[in-house]
Amino acid sequence: MRTRTKIAGGILTGLTGISAFLIIAIIVIILFVIIKGGRSTISWEFLTAFPKDGMMKGGIFPAIYGTALMVIIMSIAAVPFGTITALYLAEYAKENSFIAQTIRFAVRTLATVPSIIFGLFGLGFFIKFVGGSMDHFFLNGQLKWAQPNILWASLTMALLTLPVVIVSVEEAIRTVPLELREASLALGATKWETIKRIVLPGSLPGILTGTILAVSRGAGEVAPILFTGAAYYLATLPVSLSDQFMNLGYHIYIMSTQSANVDQTLPIQYATTLVLLGLTFMLNLAAVILRSKLRKKMRNL
Amino acid sequence: MKENKIITKSLTLYYSSKMALNSVTMQIPPKQVVAFIGPSGCGKSTFLRTLNRMNDLISGVKISGEVLIDDLNIYDKEIDVVNLRKKVGMVFQKSNPFAKSIFENVAYGPRINGINNKKVLEEIVETSLKKAAIWDEVKDRMHDSAMGLSGGQQQRLCIARTLAVEPEIILMDEPASALDPISTSKIEELIFQLKEHYTIVIVTHNMQQAARVSDYTAFFYLGELIEYGKTKKMFTTPEKRQTEEYITGRFG
Repeated sequence: MRTRTKIAGGILTGLTGISAFLIIAIIVIILFVIIKGGRSTISWEFLTAFPKDGMMKGGIFPAIYGTALMVIIMSIAAVPFGTITALYLAEYAKENSFIAQTIRFAVRTLATVPSIIFGLFGLGFFIKFVGGSMDHFFLNGQLKWAQPNILWASLTMALLTLPVVIVSVEEAIRTVPLELREASLALGATKWETIKRIVLPGSLPGILTGTILAVSRGAGEVAPILFTGAAYYLATLPVSLSDQFMNLGYHIYIMSTQSANVDQTLPIQYATTLVLLGLTFMLNLAAVILRSKLRKKMRNL
Repeated sequence: MKENKIITKSLTLYYSSKMALNSVTMQIPPKQVVAFIGPSGCGKSTFLRTLNRMNDLISGVKISGEVLIDDLNIYDKEIDVVNLRKKVGMVFQKSNPFAKSIFENVAYGPRINGINNKKVLEEIVETSLKKAAIWDEVKDRMHDSAMGLSGGQQQRLCIARTLAVEPEIILMDEPASALDPISTSKIEELIFQLKEHYTIVIVTHNMQQAARVSDYTAFFYLGELIEYGKTKKMFTTPEKRQTEEYITGRFG
């Protein structure tokens, strides 16, 4: 009996070890392939120049710029909106009330909707409906907002990342100890003053985590921006919210499916992928450092 | 001077369907220390929290009866809970300073009341810390985090924070139960000084503490107020058998 449990334990340890190893191996292989394929193409010029010769040569600067800009506009939309929703769920809604459950159901559903659906929704809602109405009412039907641009793409992406923000912020708000809220209320603070002065500052690291996750997700998704704002090639950088933009993920997709000579662009594809990975990694790293600094500051103050 | 600061009349409280307080009627005179004793779950903390309406935060709480503070029913519709809590301060079992500096912890209440003048704030903070007998220990590190203080210091800081709002009544929910004997005796000394200006209601598990610090003692059991009277009498010649058994340690 003893030896049998021992053997079973040994097998289980082995299996879990192998699974863990496999995960690491997959990541290492992916990274290795991408780095090997893209390393020689990456140069200062590649990072800072526009594409040229039918995108067979030159750099990918507009795609980097466009991705970063889109992610920023997306965060400006998604983080406050998500935080307010999370605040409502955690602080105001009764735990099992109909409205709270409806919101939770909506958030869960939103998180499982395929990203291409967001793209189609963005096309129908933001471009055709919102943009179309804006043009109709403010510009006398002149075409300006009823076409793909960086604003609509960012807002569409914000919808996609909203559940991530809501879930992580709500969790953060709930970790602020009840004792602190009680202390604040017992001093004669109103609920809103308590939220403003105690709960929100206490959940700032969590809000940041939500932002990180949203940014990483948004930087990598292509489907939502396919119809809503990403451009194949632009000779200039976007300067207004009504401009289209280039995007790293979309650029990779274009290079691998639409270019005249796919083999020739292979190094560019690898390098672009490497840049996208690097960008996401750096954004994550920056936010993680910021968060840990914030936590430390809150402890020591 | 009014005869009673706090009066409760047939105060009954339910958590959902579970009765936690059964028709509690008592009077608390001003500038006295009243201790609530009784075994865990007897309703003494619940009763304490009805006095500044802290139970409002818990869903499913139903309250009937009256709580009069200065002859005003605090469960009246017109009563502003925020003002009530400024008048009736509370110190909790677990010291709960904010993750802010020592100064900002004490200045929290005044700031909420709209005081932003630095000079005025500094004055309030200093007086409050002095009243809470912690000024000498923290005066040189006002802008350090309150989290760096010891447990006993944190609890006295929380008392100072409560005093800064200038309450008339201070509720204390087992304020010394997590502290070592030296810190405990400091808190008890402090309570003794504070009763000159404030009405103090303290919940305690510690019978000796109740005997040491209080003028009146109330014994709760299973949500009912069993006996209430002068501390000296309660601890020497209690009227009810249950009180005597609890005080002498035969149950609880």
